[in-house]
Amino acid sequence: MKLTAYLDGIGLIGPGLDNWLAARPILAGTVPYKSRPLTVAAPQSLPPAERRRTGLAIKVALAVAQEAVAAGQLDARQLAAVFASSGADNDNCDALCKTLASEDRSISPTRFHNSVHNAPAGYWGIASGAMTPATVLCAHDGSFGAGLLEAMTQVAVEGWGTLLVTYDMPYPEPLHAKRPLPSAFGIALALMPERSAQSLARIELSLVDAPPDALAEPELEALRHAIPCARGLPLLQAVARGHASTVVLDYLAPLSLAITIEPEHRG
Amino acid sequence: MLNSLWLSHFTAASCLGHGLTPTLAALRAQKSGLAPCAFETVTDLATYIGEVAGIDEAPLPASLGEYECRNNRLAYLGLQQDGFNAAVESAIARHGRRRVGVLLGTSTSGILQTEQAYRRRDPATGALPDDFHYRTTHNTYSVADFVRTVFNLEGPAVVVSTACSSSAKVFASAARMIAAGVIDAAIVGGVDSLCLTTLYGFNSLELLSSEPCRPYDTDRNGLSIGEAAAFILLQRPAASLDADAVLLLGAGESSDAHHMSSPHPEGLGARMAMEAALRTAGLQPADIDYINLHGTATPSNDAAEGRAVAALFGDTVPCSSTKGATGHTLGAAGGLEAIIGALALQRGFLPGGANTRCVDPDIPIQYLTANQQRAPRRVLSNSFGFGGTNCSLILGRAQ
Repeated sequence: MKLTAYLDGIGLIGPGLDNWLAARPILAGTVPYKSRPLTVAAPQSLPPAERRRTGLAIKVALAVAQEAVAAGQLDARQLAAVFASSGADNDNCDALCKTLASEDRSISPTRFHNSVHNAPAGYWGIASGAMTPATVLCAHDGSFGAGLLEAMTQVAVEGWGTLLVTYDMPYPEPLHAKRPLPSAFGIALALMPERSAQSLARIELSLVDAPPDALAEPELEALRHAIPCARGLPLLQAVARGHASTVVLDYLAPLSLAITIEPEHRG
Repeated sequence: MLNSLWLSHFTAASCLGHGLTPTLAALRAQKSGLAPCAFETVTDLATYIGEVAGIDEAPLPASLGEYECRNNRLAYLGLQQDGFNAAVESAIARHGRRRVGVLLGTSTSGILQTEQAYRRRDPATGALPDDFHYRTTHNTYSVADFVRTVFNLEGPAVVVSTACSSSAKVFASAARMIAAGVIDAAIVGGVDSLCLTTLYGFNSLELLSSEPCRPYDTDRNGLSIGEAAAFILLQRPAASLDADAVLLLGAGESSDAHHMSSPHPEGLGARMAMEAALRTAGLQPADIDYINLHGTATPSNDAAEGRAVAALFGDTVPCSSTKGATGHTLGAAGGLEAIIGALALQRGFLPGGANTRCVDPDIPIQYLTANQQRAPRRVLSNSFGFGGTNCSLILGRAQ
């Protein structure tokens, strides 16, 4: 079993990784990595009423989704979407649990509808106008792998262009002590069934038993290890380096995902 | 086109009972399982709920203790019914541990465990208690991890969490995985359990009915929350199938791109999901004999869905919502209602909706308030959710 797709656009945001273009030389090893807190703007593509209601997870998800679509010169309304996150809006989750543990359990309607795991996908639909299928997945630390597998399956079986959007954000205390995620992070990939002028690489996925690859740069490796969606970084590093290679990504023990990357050499 | 898949085994636990026998008996009798809310510490909400009996008295086996929470208890209880455990073991023997996937829907997973743990925070430090296990209870994936662990599976697993369409969408994902050759069989369905977040959350939106919910009624005034475990073993059809074997014929997904908690007023996304399901099944609207509506009984949801159904099917196809019987089981609704559709196909009846007294005349569809003894050959089941997520499934008899 092998699944194939063309990677036409990448979105990335993380601490010290402002976007894919800025991160590319860092991942390729030609510019040193410097950690600093992640900053992300509120999505201007949302109407003001919705924009006010977006927390960090939604901002991160929409930022990387938008970046990948723009890089691939794609029409978001034509793309299916697969969202994958270990947690979604974790500040919102903490606020709800605190209210529900208090004397007055009245919670706000916005807090409630933002509590669904698919809130970022809902806001993406409103922002992009895409009425195409959107699914939203969770596989704890294997969430990036589960999202990539679903997206590649959609491309291979349905022939859809599929936007994979993976994102995580930290919990505040007291949940942080139980689930320590050091930073928000997001990776989006625009995966297409056919080669285009924007294609960065042809990628092929198979399930294997091999252990996942680590990153050589210690701080980046710490992020990869600690944040579920950052477990896709070895794939981005291979694309950044620009030569043919195979990387192994985390999935669900005992399975990993082997991704073979064939760069598309343009012009 | 979707390659048809066989629902070789299925089972459900809801407020109608544990397993298919009491579920079928309640549907035949048009009995509702809803009762006034007295769940946990929730004494201040004047609403009805569909609670599964016996969960509090059914702890998990000690070997699975770290998964202990209401949602996984409900999952475990569900797996014990109708020989489902044995059917999974036999699929594993046939296909192998890596070739049987687990794709389950849930909206709130084991959040009740966290809600209770927040009440037990350390007064000095604010820390959660030591016996709170995030990964195996709170995390959205925990129910799929739990089922994968119960069966010692080593293959793909995932939770789809798209609110109230979750356990319909797992059928579409599983069908793709089987078509791609990633797996040979899948445990699909959904598990969602009562918790404070959904009870107080729907209350905040003023969407809880103060009486047992009345889908498609002129005087409908909100939903009743339920809980359920629904499991289906999905695989390629056997070489020869019994006439009453049930197949997944089509699945359609769409997004409203409209609002976080209100449906598209014309039901445009709902209509697109139904059209996509018909297209993947290679069927026309006239080929559908019964529609199990999403039918939550909120004024706007039923109006929007009704418009979409009327636009596509007119008033010629019998329809009902079974949420008057089961309550809205949220992330388990798609799976539970697919199973109700499968029972209708196998047993040759159309379930009338419970509690609905006066069908809304402004919704021009053929809404059933009483059971009909008619043998459907193909049924469509709708599931829609917050965030504007829509999924329609089409099931049919092998013959």
